[in-house]
Amino acid sequence: MLDMLFYLLWTIAKILMITVPLIITVAFYTYFERKVIGSMQIRVGPSRVGPLGLLQPFADVFKLLLKEIILPANANRFLFVLAPVIALAPAFAAWAVIPFSDLLVLADIDAGLIYVLALTSLSVYGVIIAGWASNSKYAFLGAMRSAAQTVSYEISMGFALVGVLILGGTLNLREIVLAQQGGIFDWFWLPLLPLFVIYMISGLAETNRAPFDVAEGESEIVAGFHVEYSGAAFAVFFLAEYANMILISSLTAVLFAGGWLSPFEGVPVLGETLLGEGSIFWFLAKTAVFMFMFLWYRATFPRYRYDQIMRLGWKVLIPITLVWVMVAALMAVLGLVVKGS
Amino acid sequence: MMIQELIFYAHSLVLVLAAAMVITVRNPVYSALYLVLAFFSAAAIWLLLEAEFLAIILVVVYVGAVMVLFLFVVMMLDINLVPLKEGFSRYLPVAVLVAIVMAVELLMVLWSKGRLGVDMFPIPAPNPEGYSNTRALGELLYSKYLLPFEVAGVVLLVAIIAAIALTLRKRPGIKTQNPASQVRVSREDSVRLVKMKSEKPREV
Repeated sequence: MLDMLFYLLWTIAKILMITVPLIITVAFYTYFERKVIGSMQIRVGPSRVGPLGLLQPFADVFKLLLKEIILPANANRFLFVLAPVIALAPAFAAWAVIPFSDLLVLADIDAGLIYVLALTSLSVYGVIIAGWASNSKYAFLGAMRSAAQTVSYEISMGFALVGVLILGGTLNLREIVLAQQGGIFDWFWLPLLPLFVIYMISGLAETNRAPFDVAEGESEIVAGFHVEYSGAAFAVFFLAEYANMILISSLTAVLFAGGWLSPFEGVPVLGETLLGEGSIFWFLAKTAVFMFMFLWYRATFPRYRYDQIMRLGWKVLIPITLVWVMVAALMAVLGLVVKGS
Repeated sequence: MMIQELIFYAHSLVLVLAAAMVITVRNPVYSALYLVLAFFSAAAIWLLLEAEFLAIILVVVYVGAVMVLFLFVVMMLDINLVPLKEGFSRYLPVAVLVAIVMAVELLMVLWSKGRLGVDMFPIPAPNPEGYSNTRALGELLYSKYLLPFEVAGVVLLVAIIAAIALTLRKRPGIKTQNPASQVRVSREDSVRLVKMKSEKPREV
């Protein structure tokens, strides 16, 4: 009994070790986003609160927490309050299977990849329920857009993952990383280049980020699904969106960019040093690069028109993934890509 | 194991309650959400059976895709509940009869000894360490059941094509866009640069 209690407490401690840094990362990610987009648009960005504006995210969080949560008249109270929680839960739960390094993984399960796919597809429920429960036309329009978009891009995302499965030969995320051993050109981004690009596009669409942010579309439908939300409830939606972005970035790093593996593996001079050996730092660095790309896209692309989003998803991305899944299968059969070499 | 039983009964309870709520709540959106809850509980029970692949696929397919579309449709419906309930008392006797017949049939199966009773299904033994449900399923599907698997795939493909063909119709008199020609637009189509000599304003 004592053993079990200890095990339970240890697991909870490990969960906290993942979620607490995640929340702090989200806070500074918002700061980073404003700074990056600011400098891309030749502005300064936040600079008043604390040194270099570093305390800006905390000022924002406290402002949101102290504000009143307004329940719209005729809104469905229970679902209205539940929706942000439903949006946040899968964004955090998916981190259970992410391998930070060879040994640092909370749940090293065999079905890790489909677990992640299941949880990323759940995040749309928060949006749909929020849109419906708000009893507002704009919110509802945003929810409907988000539902159709997520279901469409899930397919191309799933096919991109199938390509990884074929070359990796396993659903276990840790073993997928191990299958990419051997330096930067052995990672899956090279043989699966089209799928890599499509995975990043679908990731943008799944997280409702610019240029696919029609669920919010502030110039068309005010703020979309969270137009009626204020205070802490709005903050939770914000947290969920950014946690999802970080999740997709880390998944891209794991699936296509060799996870914790070093890009200089096998370079003789570096050998046993930090640069030559795989470690959690490489994983974090790669995740940071993909996180930066999310901001880069937002600053440089105009928002897609809704019908063109659907066309891109169904008529462009899905056929490409279908073809490249077959190419990947051929590469695996002909031995062009040997895993773990 | 006490904890496993606790998990099983908790999820079974939620599953049965949620399934009952699906058909008893008035609001169809609540119905759909309760169905999602029921799927989740069923997936958890499958996880207890060490069938993790099936459990997660249940969530991916039904919760992640099917129920999203269900909610999509149900939320758009403007359902007036009064006419739906009109025939309730008229159909009640038939419904009760059908319910009784089904209940009796189920109980006969459950209580019969030797063929299909509960005593025929012992508690499944835990799988050996290193057993992978995903691998086991994959090996069966792609070796022993390859042909049925491929046939099922073809049947689904036919269904997809049929569904798309049903919605294809030409409606005359509506304005549509041709994305291909929109994408192919080049600068020369809309802008013409004309070289002109600079001129001095005429002196008056």
